[in-house]
Amino acid sequence: MWSRNYLLARALRLLVTLWIVATAAFVMMRFSGDPVAAIVGPDPDPNAIEFVRQKWHLDGPVFEQYETYLLNIVRGDFGVSLASDMPAGELFLERVPATLLLGFSSFLLSIAIGMPLGIYAAVKQNTAIDRLVMSVSVYAFSMPNFFLGILLILLFSLHWHLLPSFGSGSFLSLIMPALTLGLSSAGVIARFARSSMLDVLNQPYIRAARARGIAHWRRTILHALPNASIPIVTVLGLRIGDLIAGAIIVETVFAWPGVGRLLVDSVEHRDLPVVQVIVLATAVTMVVANLTVDLLYGRLDPRTRR
Amino acid sequence: MRRRLSMPWSVRLAIGLLAVLALAGAGANLLSPYDFSYTDLLARLQPQVFAGGSWKHLLGTDQLGRDQLSRLLFGIRTSLLIAAFGTAFGAAIGTALGFVSAHFRGWVEQVVMAAVDVQAAMPFIIIVLFVMATAGTSLWAFLLLIGFAGWETYARLARGLVLSASRQNYVLALEGLELGWGRIYLRHILPNIASALIVQLTLNFPATVLLETGLSFLGLGVQPPNTSLGVMLGDGRGYLLQAWWIAVIPGAVIFATTLSMSVFGDWLRDRLDPVSRDR
Repeated sequence: MWSRNYLLARALRLLVTLWIVATAAFVMMRFSGDPVAAIVGPDPDPNAIEFVRQKWHLDGPVFEQYETYLLNIVRGDFGVSLASDMPAGELFLERVPATLLLGFSSFLLSIAIGMPLGIYAAVKQNTAIDRLVMSVSVYAFSMPNFFLGILLILLFSLHWHLLPSFGSGSFLSLIMPALTLGLSSAGVIARFARSSMLDVLNQPYIRAARARGIAHWRRTILHALPNASIPIVTVLGLRIGDLIAGAIIVETVFAWPGVGRLLVDSVEHRDLPVVQVIVLATAVTMVVANLTVDLLYGRLDPRTRR
Repeated sequence: MRRRLSMPWSVRLAIGLLAVLALAGAGANLLSPYDFSYTDLLARLQPQVFAGGSWKHLLGTDQLGRDQLSRLLFGIRTSLLIAAFGTAFGAAIGTALGFVSAHFRGWVEQVVMAAVDVQAAMPFIIIVLFVMATAGTSLWAFLLLIGFAGWETYARLARGLVLSASRQNYVLALEGLELGWGRIYLRHILPNIASALIVQLTLNFPATVLLETGLSFLGLGVQPPNTSLGVMLGDGRGYLLQAWWIAVIPGAVIFATTLSMSVFGDWLRDRLDPVSRDR
């Protein structure tokens, strides 16, 4: 497996990235106005100001403030939301399950749509089907998710009355948000699956398999697909960032009670503690996702192991 | 000449559409029948001319009786200008950083590449939202932020291209002639690697359009009374039942823009990089 040094180096890089993000957030918050005003909000009572000043050591030198800030983050104390008087961390955690449900559903949906289409297009290279799949995939990832969401609402909720246009009450209400969020990824995955399948299908070992009389489907699925899926794993990892970005908009369109909508609401109210939790949590998610992809890559393709 | 004739019809259509959109945006103040913020409260939520509306408002009106055609034209202008600026600014900064890190190597390169890594680890929209939460939603802050969108892709690309170019014979020959570095980079290396950067531009442009329109749709980008395609779509969201066209028409224009640019970019990449043609 991976050498201990490699894993240690990766873990170190992960921590450094998180530290840079946290520091950038601190600098941004510290130099964009009075931090006390940002934490206590407009019209605070003097006791609150004094309390915040002492708790966050805002009367001390900047370096001391920075230290307190980092320590508080490590302890999981992100301050109190200005909009609701609840701990920002708690508010965030409350919304995580809804976003995870939406994110995983659309992730699986995009793989379930994108992979077979891409593989089929590769097998049928340069036919009408291939060109059709490739054009549809360009349509899919050029489509703004907020526009797609509105079109789906118009057709399926307002015109045909088949699906609820907002909320998260039942399985039915998951369909449109998941489709909206997953479709552009499906387009990207289809294109990648096709090109990496083509690479593999043109390799000698596949021709050799053909010469040995191995059936077409068996060559495609059992011989070519495992090797072709290696580069696709990287793309799947990269899609996680796009899923997070997309969830912000899709959750707002469908009034889905997840982290994305919490972020938009908090930015509107300039509820900095909550925004900050979400930014840090996003960084953690992305960094962990990237690390997972890299480790998985090494496992799937031993040549890339260091 | 024969090569130009072999341009597929989809690419011609895409270029045509982009040209029409650019002209519509450029001529917005000549073409639009009304001021884009002129409200006619007696003519609210009117449909288009052939759907029961009147010739006074070809594309109908919105919830405040504003002429949709005029708003669309100005929305196209704003969205295209912001996207063009954002793409160009990000490309300039990113390319410059790529050149700098390839030239100096050492710690400069380490710092730039670390920044690229951090940027790549953060969806850009989150960074924009964070800055807006701390600094507020001013147009200039928004523009500046959009300007940075995608810089890391150019930095990474330019660094790699410059590193491989500086090992090639023409650069070694120029170094032998003792030309200044600035001159070698700008007059000789940049033109040689420009095609890859231009392809990247066409790929980033749709992403920048989506970033601006998406944020404006959320109410966190372009602020009223200014308008953009995203602002219009956001406005129309509340009136889907009574007047679907308020949202659907600007949405379709955004889609047409991003789709045309992607089709054009794909074609350009295939032309400039024959290896990827069969992909």
